[in-house]
Amino acid sequence: MIPSREAYWNIPSHLWLYVLFLPFLLAFVWGCTATVRRWLRGRPEPRWDHPWTRLGGVAAQAVAQLRILRETYAGILHVSLSWGFGILFVATCMVMLQEYLGIHTLRGPFYLYFMSLVVDFFGILAVVGTGMALFRRWVLRPARLTEPRQFSGFVTLLALFFVVLLSGFVVEGLRIAATRDPWGPWSPGGWLTGLIFRGMAPARLEALHRVVWWGHAAAAFAFIAYFPFSGVLHVLTAPLNIFFRSLAPMGVLPGTGNPEAQAAGVSTIDRFTWKHLLDLEACTECGRCQADCPAWLSGTPLSPKGLILDLRDHLRAVRDHGNGDRAMVGDVITRDIIWSCFTCGACQEMCPVFVEQIPKIVQMRRFLVSQGDLDPILQDALTAMSRYGNSFGQSPKMRARWTQGLPFSVKDIRREPAQYLWFVGDYASYDPAAREVTRAVARVLHRAGVDFGILYDGEANGGNDARRAGEEGLYEMLVEKNLAALRKCQFEAIITTDPHTYNTLKNEYPGFGGTWQVIHYTELLDRLIQSGQLKPARSFGARVTYHDPCYLGRYNGVFEAPRRVLRALGADLVEMPRNRRHSYCCGAGGGRIWMKEATGLKERPAESRVREAAALDAVKTLIVACPKEIAMFRDAAKTAGLEGKLAVRDLAELVEEATVVEVSGHA
Amino acid sequence: MSAARLDVWIFVEHLRGVVAGHTYELLGKGREIAGTLGGHLTAVLIGNQVQTLAPTLGAADSVLCVEDERVAEFTPTGYAAVLRALVEQGAPRLILFGATSMGIDLASLLASTLGFPLIVNCKEIAIEDGQVIATSQMCGGKLLCEAEASGESVVLTVVPGVFPTQKGISDHAPTVESPSLPALLEDVRVRVTRLIEPEPGDIDITKVPILVAVGRGIQRKENLPVAEDLARLLGGTICSSRPVVDQGWLPVSRQVGKSGMTVKPKLYLALGISGAPEHLEGMKEAELIIAVNLDPKAPIFDIADYGAVVDLFELLPPLAAEAEKRRAVR
Amino acid sequence: MNIAVLLNMVPDLVEELEIDASGVALDTQWLRYVLSESDDHALEQALLLKDRRGARVIVLALDRGDADEAMYAALARGADEAIKLSGIPEQGLGKRATATLFKEVLREVPTDLVLSGVQAIDDMDGHVPGLLAGLLSLPYVGVTRSVDVAGEGKVVVHKEYPGGLVAEMEVDLPAVIGVLSAPQPPRYVPVARIRETKKTRAIAERQAPPVDVQAGVLVRRLLKPEPAERAEMLNGSPEDLARQIVTILEDRGLLR
Repeated sequence: MIPSREAYWNIPSHLWLYVLFLPFLLAFVWGCTATVRRWLRGRPEPRWDHPWTRLGGVAAQAVAQLRILRETYAGILHVSLSWGFGILFVATCMVMLQEYLGIHTLRGPFYLYFMSLVVDFFGILAVVGTGMALFRRWVLRPARLTEPRQFSGFVTLLALFFVVLLSGFVVEGLRIAATRDPWGPWSPGGWLTGLIFRGMAPARLEALHRVVWWGHAAAAFAFIAYFPFSGVLHVLTAPLNIFFRSLAPMGVLPGTGNPEAQAAGVSTIDRFTWKHLLDLEACTECGRCQADCPAWLSGTPLSPKGLILDLRDHLRAVRDHGNGDRAMVGDVITRDIIWSCFTCGACQEMCPVFVEQIPKIVQMRRFLVSQGDLDPILQDALTAMSRYGNSFGQSPKMRARWTQGLPFSVKDIRREPAQYLWFVGDYASYDPAAREVTRAVARVLHRAGVDFGILYDGEANGGNDARRAGEEGLYEMLVEKNLAALRKCQFEAIITTDPHTYNTLKNEYPGFGGTWQVIHYTELLDRLIQSGQLKPARSFGARVTYHDPCYLGRYNGVFEAPRRVLRALGADLVEMPRNRRHSYCCGAGGGRIWMKEATGLKERPAESRVREAAALDAVKTLIVACPKEIAMFRDAAKTAGLEGKLAVRDLAELVEEATVVEVSGHA
Repeated sequence: MSAARLDVWIFVEHLRGVVAGHTYELLGKGREIAGTLGGHLTAVLIGNQVQTLAPTLGAADSVLCVEDERVAEFTPTGYAAVLRALVEQGAPRLILFGATSMGIDLASLLASTLGFPLIVNCKEIAIEDGQVIATSQMCGGKLLCEAEASGESVVLTVVPGVFPTQKGISDHAPTVESPSLPALLEDVRVRVTRLIEPEPGDIDITKVPILVAVGRGIQRKENLPVAEDLARLLGGTICSSRPVVDQGWLPVSRQVGKSGMTVKPKLYLALGISGAPEHLEGMKEAELIIAVNLDPKAPIFDIADYGAVVDLFELLPPLAAEAEKRRAVR
Repeated sequence: MNIAVLLNMVPDLVEELEIDASGVALDTQWLRYVLSESDDHALEQALLLKDRRGARVIVLALDRGDADEAMYAALARGADEAIKLSGIPEQGLGKRATATLFKEVLREVPTDLVLSGVQAIDDMDGHVPGLLAGLLSLPYVGVTRSVDVAGEGKVVVHKEYPGGLVAEMEVDLPAVIGVLSAPQPPRYVPVARIRETKKTRAIAERQAPPVDVQAGVLVRRLLKPEPAERAEMLNGSPEDLARQIVTILEDRGLLR
């Protein structure tokens, strides 16, 4: 006998289903249309390039859910739910294939193995996922879900899930019981449910089946109708958002197409591009952005999740009934929120649906800057950059003063060619503590026989942080200035000290025509050690930990080069709990180094970070690879009472110590 | 009066019945100049019911005291009109003003209406062969300009604090002349409507000339009053480096440095501040920096004018006692 | 109301000042000029008056250093008109001559109120606004923290005295005010707007009228003060140190 079942057993009037479905469908379509219309209010932006790459992203992130699976519990929960419901949905459609197209999906091995066994398994998976979700919402209650506020419809939604799933199994169980289906055990979920009804009279079974069947259908339809008005909408918007995600590196800030419009930034919701509005609809409120956000964790009013939700509410309110006199910038999103961001990139790195929080914040900053509405210290730094080319307000002629006291002269690359142009950067040039490190880098490169030169007073601030502070015009001016200087020089590649400079030179300058190979000094040190040009002469046995600079690690994926260097020096490298892409910002990024402390700040990110380092067993040294961090962490170590307990040292200093023995041995 | 004799006039600055301290500095210097060349030193006192102040101006040979209710409060145009009339009669060789809010207004108006040469922000004044030679402080103290003024009468404004006060204090009783007020006052076109006291809220440390700054060396909040007492004694106020504010011991409005205020006081007494660059940035322009720290290598000593390696808690009691004693002597 | 703001470009102290071979002037080759800080405040004060009370703001500057840059920035910030006076000798003019020059130019620029920074770091033979007021026989108040309109033909200003005491004065227009600071810091003007201003707005250029000024002040020499090295370290017991410190304070007139 061929295994099979009847498609609409016991439901002779099943065509009424479609009549019943109609209003629910209308609600669904209406909801979806309204959503699409909302985000189409945004300004145009091309996002159709590289469709195959985009589809690949959808496969990896929406189907395989790789980012979601970075977390075990939430990952399993989500995959169970999404795949469970996905397969159930497919199976439901298969029944229609048999009924209307005559394709026998409910017969033979396909019925037995897939439609019964596999589908039932996924149904059970969906039940398990729903259970896990309920347990998480009611018992585990992770802060990232409840703060700053929780999606209010989750009770309704999870209840609906349960009703739909359980009524489905009941329908199946009743059918198995009533028809004494010999293939029953192949649908374990339904079969087990059917055991409950054993011994019930067939007529009653049939009657009950009919009721539950219609109930199941109604619940499923209700779910569909509720769909565009609930968080489940992300089932559609998230894959779309992943498809239309930015394919540029995270280190490229958008918004140079129309200089005038962009410089003025974004002040109202419909001045965002449609993709930014789609972001708002795609957000699943999972809060992963917030869980890694230094602004939120340090107590400032900025939560990347809250930001997106507030913008979404504003978008919907403006669309539906206007939003009174509430201005997007200032009322909906306060100045404090806008200026709290360190642009560390953790939110974007964590977001499973590729929401772009930072460009939104920068756009709003651009607007504030165009209104002259900015922190006075930041104002001074920006003015200094436009006047002197550095944020310190010092003479450009003093830029290369750090070279004084070196036992050799540093090439002026404007006069003679060199293999590497070393773009030193502001902090490495002007900050007294960082200058020591800069000299160490110079000595190490010199000792390794690296042919390098610097631009002397021809160098200006790279502009990375000016751009992220929202001063686009200044950024463009600095880029022009630097490009003009760079173009006059002969070199093969650029080395940078500052990861921020590294980021903009590498990722953003190409957009202005500056396409050079850019490497960070830690990458160069790594190469020099691997090629044998630098030979660590003694083992540096100490236990150390390493802090990944945001703009080197998370932004540009340089995680391993500095670690290889440390290991080559013989250091005993211990990782902090927050390492690599989870690295915790020191608090200097996004122009925040030039602002007074954010409102509500409870624990400075740098202090949190040095405490994290000091809590590691027997670790007494925190290794950094960014000139700003020297200042940030040394200061934080003092204020956190860790002075003398935790030393903050640059990677280059360790390299010099490890190699200097060799030289003095020769001398 | 002949130009050969070197008569010196000092504008007496007073506010609410008190003569400003730097007026005595001017009197002292004026005494010295007039003395070397046999000139007459005159203190010019303008106001309403101000004659009571004349006895404190004993360093001068005489006090020109103009009293009128129309000049009860200082207005640049009004006082300049009075001065102009007096100067035209008295023809002094040298007229000294403090480089202060009142002094710079008057000096400019007087010099331009009478066509007298003016040298501002003088740190040194000398007479060579009958010529007035003054050294003007320019460019935030980065440059000094030695200039020679020619003309019958010369107007100078003098940086407060460069000449000692003591030489301008004398028990001698000056002769007081009360010339009649010229009719010029009808066209002043500036009226004082009221005087506004500083806000009772927290002090704006950027405007306080004497700052006693505490750093981590103060150790505990309970130790702050010691420094506060000294600040009060010196007529100044207390401020701090960042760690002290971070601890919540002082409000942010008292923080000096990169993320706080930038101050340029006349005196910055740094107690237990090591001198992080962020802090130095906010106070390096102070006119006089005295640093007290236990660490002889503290970077604060790189920019301080004077330094002392000592435990601040050992220094503060004798310092307060000494300051009080010396003030009493005067 | 027409407000004229006099902008003075002064040596930028960010650069090391070098004295030229003559010994009586700064070496202009190494000099960078910036807008005088108090003039920046005077401009802000004028723009605040424009914002709050309505006014036409005209900025005037001598052609020296980057005066164009400062004037474009002023236009971008909200000034209505910019007039640059060219034909200035390379070594610049003294303050007496500057004031006289502005006096001549202001004859042709109808003005109710002249605002300028009360003093500039390169002042030696006087301060421009006070001198100008004397030359024009106009009422003058310097060292102000705020200026506001007070009825027809009058402004009310706050003049600052040491210790935070402020005198409120009523000044009849036309008048000259020497601004110490505006009630709020000079507004930030984004680079993009300055660039745009350079494309769309023009600075009127006028030949500076000849002025014959005898300031009566002759520079004999410029010198740099001895660089303060490391602190002079005081030694002795806490009591000795206290005595030495108090003596220093006394010598500097800081003990009163």
